[in-house]
Amino acid sequence: MANKLYVKDKDIVVPGQVLAEGMSYIPSGKAVRNGEAITATVVGKISNKGHVVKVVPIFEKYAPKLGDKIIGKVVSMNNYGWTLDIGVPVKCELDLREGSQSFIETGKMAQFFAVGDLVFVEIIGNRNGTFKVSAKDRLYRRLPSGHLINVASGLIPRLIGKQGSMINTLKDESGCNIIIGQNGYVYVHCDDTKNIYKVQDAINLIESDTTSSGLTEKVKKMLGGKN
Amino acid sequence: MTEKSEMSLVVKGRRIDGRKANELRKMTAEVGVIPQADGSAKFSMGETVAIAGVYGPKEVLPKHQTKDDRALIRVYYSMLPFSTTDRCRPGPSRRSKEISKVMIDALEAAIITEKYPATAIEIHVQILNANAGTRTAAINAASLALANAGIEMRDLVCAVASGKADDTILLDLFQPEDNFGQADLPIAVMPNRKEITLVQMDGDLSSKEFDEAMKLVMDSAMEIYEVQKAALTGKKEKKK
Repeated sequence: MANKLYVKDKDIVVPGQVLAEGMSYIPSGKAVRNGEAITATVVGKISNKGHVVKVVPIFEKYAPKLGDKIIGKVVSMNNYGWTLDIGVPVKCELDLREGSQSFIETGKMAQFFAVGDLVFVEIIGNRNGTFKVSAKDRLYRRLPSGHLINVASGLIPRLIGKQGSMINTLKDESGCNIIIGQNGYVYVHCDDTKNIYKVQDAINLIESDTTSSGLTEKVKKMLGGKN
Repeated sequence: MTEKSEMSLVVKGRRIDGRKANELRKMTAEVGVIPQADGSAKFSMGETVAIAGVYGPKEVLPKHQTKDDRALIRVYYSMLPFSTTDRCRPGPSRRSKEISKVMIDALEAAIITEKYPATAIEIHVQILNANAGTRTAAINAASLALANAGIEMRDLVCAVASGKADDTILLDLFQPEDNFGQADLPIAVMPNRKEITLVQMDGDLSSKEFDEAMKLVMDSAMEIYEVQKAALTGKKEKKK
């Protein structure tokens, strides 16, 4: 039986492409076994360690996971809590008891979160496909009126940068308060509306120039130049 | 289809547009052309241009159509009014419904639908310019758009028509050959797996001719796959 690897590390592959042949290779990530061959199922980058052939997707939609810190938009409200839109086709509920640490009186729910509000929350569980979130911790809260930018969730690591270098640059240079949700919702708040557009431009630059090095410097120059 | 053309369509092994019998038209492909779609692509085959946008996986509405174990694929194929020589009436027609239906069948085989239970994947395809082979161009564009949306697929789908005109088996028919030819055979295949997801036939072919036409398509499928592959990987390389 011929064991053969057809791809190198960091190669970009497309669906259906044969990556390796033979049973001694193991598919991982978005690669699957088809008979003796290993094929890719998405457009992705190869990560090859020993006999494991892994495909890391390039075009990816956000998949909610336990512990993710996300931004949601309140779409409806009932006696037991709030329903949030988190940008993916799953149900997301914020229970009344997870809404706040303080006691929420009857009829006072809208004072905490009203329909249309943005909320920074954490995913705490999944019940039958409905994701439960919490805003109980001090970190999580209602976000005052601001601008919501939707980016691809795959871009989030780049938007934050190494040890938060990119996000700190964005915050410092624009003077805006920026909160990034892992679901790809980015909240920008600033007293001066002009600065929000600057942040939007910077995010567009990051989006179109994802893989170039020295991007933080570029963003710094771009934001600094206009000030 | 059966009416005979006054001029001959194949002269000394060359067709009207100068191609050989087994030659494809010039193809171009591009992904990410619609910003608000989850995935999108434009595919052109000669003068036929198709643009496809993929939305989803998303919630199924109306809810009773939900399939609990797999995704629901919806395809909306339509030809734009200016795509043909006579104005094409916009909106759904008998023909567009049929093509949407066969496209669902052609693409559903490639999408790993079990990975997206209780969701809908909507594919909208518009024909910008029609010059025969719109359904095959639409399938090529849709399969690119699906890959661009990050939807898990067994393989890309490559489609091309073959047919018969002037008693010669030809690959990738264009307008005169389609109108005055004897048969049209659009085929969609998964090239790596050598699996067929769509075969339609309009006109008459003998079983021997059918095999010949099928072989032409199978041989050229990889050529289309390479164009699709370049479109999907090229964009990322440009970013570096």
